[in-house]
Amino acid sequence: MNTTIMLFLIQDGITNGAIYALLGLALVLVFAVTRVILIPQGEFVTFGALSYAMLCTGTVPGTVWLALAMGAVAFVLDLFTARRALHLNRIGRSFALNLVFPAAIVAATYLLAGPKTPIAVNIVLALLTVAAIALYLYRLAFQPLAHTSVLVLLIASVGCHLALQGLGLVFFGAEGLRGPPISTAAFTVGTLRFTGQSIAVYAVTIAFIIALWLFFGTTLMGKALRATAVNRLGARLVGIRTTLSGQIAFLLASVIGAISGILIVPITTLYYDTGFLIGLKGFIAAIIGGLVSYPLTAVAALVVGCVEAFSSFYASNFKEVIVFTLIIPVLVLRSLAAPAVEEEGD
Amino acid sequence: MSALLEISDVHISYGKVEAVRGVSLAVADNEIVAIIGANGAGKSTLLNAAMGILPLKGHIAFASENIARLQIEDRVALGISLVPERRELFATMNVEDNLQLGAFRIPRAAAAQSFERVYALFPRLKERRKQLAGTLSGGEQQMLAMGRALMGAPRLLMLDEPSLGLAPIIVADIFRTIAELRASGVSVLLVEQNAQAALKIAGRAYVMELGEFVLSGPAAEIAANDRVAASYLGFQSEGAT
Repeated sequence: MNTTIMLFLIQDGITNGAIYALLGLALVLVFAVTRVILIPQGEFVTFGALSYAMLCTGTVPGTVWLALAMGAVAFVLDLFTARRALHLNRIGRSFALNLVFPAAIVAATYLLAGPKTPIAVNIVLALLTVAAIALYLYRLAFQPLAHTSVLVLLIASVGCHLALQGLGLVFFGAEGLRGPPISTAAFTVGTLRFTGQSIAVYAVTIAFIIALWLFFGTTLMGKALRATAVNRLGARLVGIRTTLSGQIAFLLASVIGAISGILIVPITTLYYDTGFLIGLKGFIAAIIGGLVSYPLTAVAALVVGCVEAFSSFYASNFKEVIVFTLIIPVLVLRSLAAPAVEEEGD
Repeated sequence: MSALLEISDVHISYGKVEAVRGVSLAVADNEIVAIIGANGAGKSTLLNAAMGILPLKGHIAFASENIARLQIEDRVALGISLVPERRELFATMNVEDNLQLGAFRIPRAAAAQSFERVYALFPRLKERRKQLAGTLSGGEQQMLAMGRALMGAPRLLMLDEPSLGLAPIIVADIFRTIAELRASGVSVLLVEQNAQAALKIAGRAYVMELGEFVLSGPAAEIAANDRVAASYLGFQSEGAT
C-alpha cells in the first residue's frame, strides 16, 4: 500500500465516521434520557434522506402523510388519557401539536414542492417531517411504556423499526435514490481531493457536537435532560416531566438522524432499508462508549469509520463482518470490567 | 384552621401487603407537623404516596383541591415538595445546577430570589456551588436536597428522615433551619425516627406504629406521653417533661 491510498482510506473513514458519530451520540442521548435503545434511528436516516431526495425531484413524499396520520392518532390518544379531566388549554395544546403542526407540514410541502424548489427549503421540509414523525412515535410507542423495563422498551423499539421500514418501502419503493449535493465545490490538497459535500459532513458534525455541548451545559432545558438521565425520580420531584424530556430527546435524535441522511444521500445511493445498517454502526460506537460516554462514542465512531474503509479496501466481502466483530472484544472487556448491575426498578 | 394538606382514611399497599391502613392527617398553613415512629412503621410510605410516587386509596387534598389523580410533576406545580430519604440529587451535576433545576417550574426572576433565599439559609452551599453534588459530605447533601426543594418556593415541604446518618451537630443545624422555614411561611411535614429533635420543633405530631396512627396531638403533649417517652425518646416516665 502506498501513502496516497492510505490517506484516501482515512479520509473516507473519517467522513463515514463523522456520520456514525452523530448517530452514536443521538443513541446515547436517547438511551440516557428515556432508556430506549433507539433501533428506528436508521429509519430517521432513510426517511430524512429519501424524503429530501424525493422533494428534490419535485414529488411530495408519503412521509408527510405519515406524520399527519400519526399526529391524528396521538391526538386521539391524548384525548383518551385525559378523558377524566378535559382542560380546554390542554386539548388546545395537543390539537396544535398533533394536528395543526403536521397539517401545516403537509400544506407547506404541497405548496412549496417542485422541481425548482431551493435545496435549503427541501432540507427544512424533510427535517420537519422526520421530526414530527419522531415526536409522535415517542407519544404512540414509548410514552405509554415509559415505566417499563429496558427489555420491553427494546422490544417496542424493534417493532417500531420493522413498521417504519415497511412503510419506507411503501413510500420510497424498492429502488435506491440519490439526492443533489449541498455544494458541488471541490479542491485538492496534495493528492487528496475534498468535495464540498465531505466538508459539509465535517462542518455539520462539528457544529452539532458544539451545539449539543452548549445545549446540555448552559440551557435550563439541556440541564433538565441531563437531570432526567442522572436521576429520573429526582427530576420528577423538581417538576421535570419525563414526557417532555423524552419528546426533546426524540426530536434531537430524529433531527440528527435526518441530517445525517441528507448529508450522505448525495454520496451514496440509499434504499429504504439502508438506514438500519448505518444506524447499527452508530450503535457499535455507542456500545463502545458504554451507552453513557459522549466523547468515547465520538472517538469510537471515527474508529468504526476507518476500520470500515480499510476493510472494504482489503476484504470488501467481509466489510460488515469485520466492522461488527469490533463489538465483541469491547463487550468482553466491558463485562469483565463492570460488576453485575441490577436494572433499576422504576 | 384551614388545612393545607388533608389526608383522610388513606390505605397504601405494596402488592398484597398493606403498609398504611386507614390513616388521616392534616397539615395547616404555617405549621410544622411531625410523624414519628419506628423503622418500617409506614412513615416514608405515607410521604411517598402523598407526593404521588406510590398510589394510594382514600382522600387526599391540597389547598382544598383533590390531588389523588395528579402526577408527581403536577403536585410540584401546586406547591408540594418532597425531600426523599435517599435525597435523589443529580450527583454528576454541580450544586448550582442542582439548585437551578429545583426552580425548573418557576419563572427566571423568581428563581433568582430563590437562589438568594436558599444561599442565605445554607451559606455552605454557596461556598460549594461549583462542586459536584455527588462529592459533597452527607450533611451538605441533605442541605442541597432541602435547598433544591425550596428553590421552587413550595407551600408545603415534606421531609423524609432529614437527620438520617448525619452527625449530631449537623442534625441540630438542619433542625434549626427547618424551624426557621416556618417563619418564612412554609409548612413542613416531617417524618423522623429522631423523635426528640422532631418533637422539639413541631407544633403537632402523630405517632405511627405498624401502618396506623396510634397517637396524635400537640407535640408537647406527645413528648410528655409516657409510652412515647419510653419507646421513642429513650427514657423512663419520671424523666419525661
